[in-house]
Amino acid sequence: MIEIRNLSHAEGRTPILHDITLSLPKGGVTAILGPNGAGKSTLLSLMARLRPLQAGSIAYDGMDIAATPTERLARKLAILRQDSTVGSRLTVRDLVGFGRFPHHRGRPGPADRAAVEAALGQFDLAPLAGRFTEELSGGQRQRALVAMAFVQATDYLLLDEPLSGLDMYYARMLMRLLRRLAEEHGRTVVVVLHEINYAAAHADRIVALKDGRVALEGPAAEVFASARLSPIFGMEIPVERWHGRPVALHYT
Amino acid sequence: MPPASLPTAEPRAGRHAALALAGLALLAGASLFVGAAPLSASALLADGEGARMLMLSRLPRTLACLLTGAAMAIAGLVMQMLARNRFVEPSTVGSAQGAALGLLAVTLVWPAAGLAAKMLAASLASLAGTAAFLAMVRRLPVTQPLLVPLAGLAWGAILGAAATFIAWETDLMQFLEIWLNGEFSGVVQGRYEILWLTGIFAAAAYLLADRFTIAGLGRDAAVGLGLRYERVLLLGLLIVAAVTALTVVTVGMIPFVGLVVPNLVRMGAGDNIRAALPLVALAGAGAVLAADLVGRLVIHPFEVPAATVFGVIGAGVFVWLIVTRRGHGA
Ligand SMILES: Nc1ncnc2c1ncn2[C@@H]1O[C@H](COP(=O)(O)OP(=O)(O)O)[C@@H](O)[C@H]1O
Ligand SMILES: [Mg+2]
Repeated sequence: MIEIRNLSHAEGRTPILHDITLSLPKGGVTAILGPNGAGKSTLLSLMARLRPLQAGSIAYDGMDIAATPTERLARKLAILRQDSTVGSRLTVRDLVGFGRFPHHRGRPGPADRAAVEAALGQFDLAPLAGRFTEELSGGQRQRALVAMAFVQATDYLLLDEPLSGLDMYYARMLMRLLRRLAEEHGRTVVVVLHEINYAAAHADRIVALKDGRVALEGPAAEVFASARLSPIFGMEIPVERWHGRPVALHYT
Repeated sequence: MPPASLPTAEPRAGRHAALALAGLALLAGASLFVGAAPLSASALLADGEGARMLMLSRLPRTLACLLTGAAMAIAGLVMQMLARNRFVEPSTVGSAQGAALGLLAVTLVWPAAGLAAKMLAASLASLAGTAAFLAMVRRLPVTQPLLVPLAGLAWGAILGAAATFIAWETDLMQFLEIWLNGEFSGVVQGRYEILWLTGIFAAAAYLLADRFTIAGLGRDAAVGLGLRYERVLLLGLLIVAAVTALTVVTVGMIPFVGLVVPNLVRMGAGDNIRAALPLVALAGAGAVLAADLVGRLVIHPFEVPAATVFGVIGAGVFVWLIVTRRGHGA
C-alpha cells in the first residue's frame, strides 16, 4: 500500500502540490490523469525520492521514504521518468542491465543476467541488444528504458507517461504487460497516462490531478464518466459504452 | 540471444585490448633502447654499463611514462563521467592548476616540507579546484554542452594566472612550468616510484566503474537505482585530485591525455566504464610513451618535453572532437 499524507510542494515561491493525501492499495494498476502542469510528474518524482520532501510523508507498506536507505528503496520501487534520455553511449543490454544494479550492486550474477535476457525478450529488444541506445528510434529507446525499470523487479513501479513515443502496437503491449504484472505477480503499478482510454481499458483505479490537487479518485469503473472527467480537462468528454466497456469520445 | 551478425560492444573491446597490449609492448621495447646515449641489445649483454643505464634511467623513464599516461587517461574518463561532459579533463578545468597552487603554497609557507606534505597540499587544493568546477557545471544549462568546457577553461585559466603571479613574484616560475607541462628526461631510479600509487586509484576507479557509469546517466537515474549520488561524486573527485597531485608532484601534467584518450576509446567501446576503463588505461599509457619517444627522437640528441609533443597533437584532436561533435551527448 502507498500512503501519501499531507504532501505539499513548491518550486521557489510557486506552489505546485497542495496538501495531497492519497492511499493506493497494494496490487493493481492506478492511472494518474490530469492536464499539463497539474503536478503529475512532480508527484511521481517525490514518490520516487528524486526530490527532497518539503512537507508531508510518503510510505510504501509502512516503509517511510524519508527514513529508509536509498539502496533499500531501489529494491522496493522503480521509476521511469517522463523526460528520460540516455546521454551515454551504452548498449541496450548494458542499459537494461543497470536496472539490476540495486540487486547486485556492481557484481551481476547468473540470476541478474537471466532477468536481463528475459526482459530483452519480453520487450522485443533481443535483436537490438548489442546496439548503442543512440542508434535507436525514440520509441525503441523508450522501450529499453521501460525494460530497465521493469527488470528492477520491484513491488512498486512508477511510470511517467511511458506510452510517449510508442506506437499503438507497443503502447497496447506495455499496458497489457502492466496489467499482467499486477494480476499475476501482485505488483503495484502507478502510471501517468495522457490517453484516458488506456486508463478505461487497463486501470483499476484512477487518480486525477488538477492544479496540484486531487480532483478525482476512485475505482475506474466508477469515476470514468463524462460528468466527472469533463471538468478536469475543461472540455466536453462524452463517454459511451461499447461492448459493455466505457469509451471516451473526445476526438471531435 | 541476438543474431551473431549484429555488432556488440563486448567482443570489439576484447580485440582492441589485445591490439593495444601488443602495441604497448612494442613501444616499451623501443623506449628502453632510445635516448641521448646509444644502447643496443648486444651492448646490453656485453657490458655492465648498459645494464646499469637500463635499470637506472631507461626502465624508470619508461615505467613513469606508462603510469602517468594510464593514470591521466583514467582521471580524464572519471572527470567526464562526473561532469557528464566529454570535453573536460583535469588539466583544462582547474584540477592541475589547483594542485600547482597547493604546491606553491606549501613550498612558500613550509620550504622544508617532505613529499607527503606536498602531496597532501596538492591533493587538497586540486580537490577544491575540481569541486568548484563541478559546482559551476551544475548551474549550466544541459542543452549547451559546450559551455561546460568553456567554463572549465576559464576557471583553469583563472587558477593558472593566480599560480603564475605567485610563482613570478617568488621566483618559482621554472617549477610551475614543469608541474603543468610535464617531461620525463629527469626521471631516474628513486624519483618516480611514488607514481605506483596511481595504481591504487586506478583500481579504485575500476571497482567503482558501474557507479561512475550510472552517475553518467544523471542524478535522477542514479538515485532511482539506489546510488548515493553525492558520495559517488566525492569518490570520483578524490580519485581525480589524487592522481592529478601525484602526477604534478613527480613528472608534471601532460595536457590533453585525459581528454583525447577517453574520447577516442569511448567512440568505439562506448560509455560502460567497466569495459572502457582498461582500454583507456592501456591507450593512455601508450599515448604518453609514444609522445615521450617522439620527443626523444625529433631533435636527437636533444629532447622535446612529452607535454609539448602531446599538446600539439592533443589540441588538434580536441578541436576536431568539438567541431565534428563526435560522440555527442554526455
Ligand atoms: N523546476 C521547476 N521550477 C518551477 N516550476 C516547475 C518546475 N517543475 C515543474 N514546475 C511547474 O510545476 C507545475 C507542475 O509540473 P509537472 O509536475 O511537470 O506537471 P505535469 O507532469 O502534470 O504536466 C507546472 O506548472 C510546472 O510549470
Ligand atoms: Mg509530466
